Amino acid sequence: MNILTLVRQVPDAEARVKISGQNVDLEGATLVIDGMDEYGVEEALRLRESGAPVEQIIALAVGPKKVEDALRTSLAMGVDRAIHIETDEKFDAVTLSRVVAQVAQAENVSLILVGGQEADWDSQALGAASAERLGWPQLTWTNELKIDGDTITGRHDVDDGNESFSAPLPAVVTTQQGLNEPRYPTLPNIMKAKKKELRKEDPAAYNLSGKVRMVGAEIQTRARRNTMIDGKDPQAAAQQLLELLRNEAKVIA
Amino acid sequence: MILIVAEHTAGKLAKSTLEMVTAARESGREGPVTLLVLGQNVAAVAAEAAAVADQVLVADLPALAAYNAEVWAAATTQIAQEGEASVVMIGGSRSGREYAPRVAVKLDAPYLEDAIKLSSNGAALQAQRYTFLARVTETVEADGTVVVTVKPGSFAPAAPAATPGEQYDVELDLPAPRVQVTGRSVEKSSRVALTEADVIVTGGRGVGNPENFARYVEGLADNIGAGVGATRAVVDAGWRPYAEQVGQTGKTVQPKAYIALGVSGAVQHLSGMGKSKNIIAINKDAEAPIFKVADYGIVGDINEIVPALIEASRK
Repeated sequence: MNILTLVRQVPDAEARVKISGQNVDLEGATLVIDGMDEYGVEEALRLRESGAPVEQIIALAVGPKKVEDALRTSLAMGVDRAIHIETDEKFDAVTLSRVVAQVAQAENVSLILVGGQEADWDSQALGAASAERLGWPQLTWTNELKIDGDTITGRHDVDDGNESFSAPLPAVVTTQQGLNEPRYPTLPNIMKAKKKELRKEDPAAYNLSGKVRMVGAEIQTRARRNTMIDGKDPQAAAQQLLELLRNEAKVIA
Repeated sequence: MILIVAEHTAGKLAKSTLEMVTAARESGREGPVTLLVLGQNVAAVAAEAAAVADQVLVADLPALAAYNAEVWAAATTQIAQEGEASVVMIGGSRSGREYAPRVAVKLDAPYLEDAIKLSSNGAALQAQRYTFLARVTETVEADGTVVVTVKPGSFAPAAPAATPGEQYDVELDLPAPRVQVTGRSVEKSSRVALTEADVIVTGGRGVGNPENFARYVEGLADNIGAGVGATRAVVDAGWRPYAEQVGQTGKTVQPKAYIALGVSGAVQHLSGMGKSKNIIAINKDAEAPIFKVADYGIVGDINEIVPALIEASRK
């Protein structure tokens, strides 16, 4: 079986976000693989290492030229080959799921791994929308995953706790922190990755047109009081805080 | 019509459903606000729903006894098509954001995810939502029938109307679920639910150990009638259940007061609580990023300050 792992590139979580005009401006920001997707890459490798009959692990990215770096990192981690659909245009997840579904079919994929939530657009939709287009089941927020023949089993978080599951392949699984600890690419593997296939594809082949229009973006920061209380005298500090909470913020009785 | 899929647990309508009713009324879209109740033995939920909606559609079926993404998506799509819904509104919970994209694909409709504000701009439905770990507020819009998920806690809960809406039973053609649930661990707490609490006390690694967490975080919370939250690090360390986790991969909360004990304030945590009305931080590290977003901060030792706080709040 083949596994497709989706890779997105996002600004480092600690990076400052700025807006120019009506959009978020990423000029100069350090870009990294979306952490949530990295768990997916790692999990694909672990599934193969644990003896699951995985033939090929393919990484897919849609985005500008720079996204190549994220794909190279996945190749250096151990992914077999990569597909880059190069475009500067930004598409919403439901639109993008067309690409995922088409690539999954063309590459004879049985399992798609994708991050549970995007660190940039905060969307959780790509996995589910891709699963729907393919007519596959999906498991979201997975923190344990095994392949057993044509079945996947594992554990994932739900609204009020967590559930163990079993589902038939092919399927889509969304990944998150806690599933595994992604490996660092070693120097020999980084060198090897340079020789691996990174295929470019034309976005025009996928006939993408989004239905969601971007109107604007702004950074709204709530003004905070930033009142600091000296903690050297615990009793006095506690007393002062309670008074402020009662009389100024009026949040406790 | 504006179709809202009601969220409910343990035979009660969830607050998020009341919030969605408000969102529907503020959306500027026409048509009766219609609540769809999916489940088994949901008569009580349907009656609660009728109190706030123009009409209620009830599917009370054994096949709906437990949530399943494919089943919920099929049910919602069918009703949206039959009722020619102009907006399909789904809760911004984990499950809601799991099946809503499926509904959007089935309806070939645009999807506005995790909306915190809704309005009409001519024929377009406009939504505001947080992006970049809740640091950016983005405005997006779409035409025609739109699928929307609504972020919990973003709209005021709707009050009951003078006359309750009519209830109608609906027939559904449902697929067999393919995902089998083989085990379940529900995390229950006797305290107020995190997403509904006015005051939350959260503990981070800086609290020291699980015993201190119980003594200080739970102790203070119980003293002032607050909910209990935890950081990812604390949950990963096994000190606290996942249900208490606040942040990017946990719950998003915006209480009147968020009291962070020994929480450093990583971006991922801030994205889950940064919209709280008042943030109070107690940490021994004066450089902790949490202080940058705090209304009130105490630099000091949790072991000394929290007992004093518990003692003083008793008086």
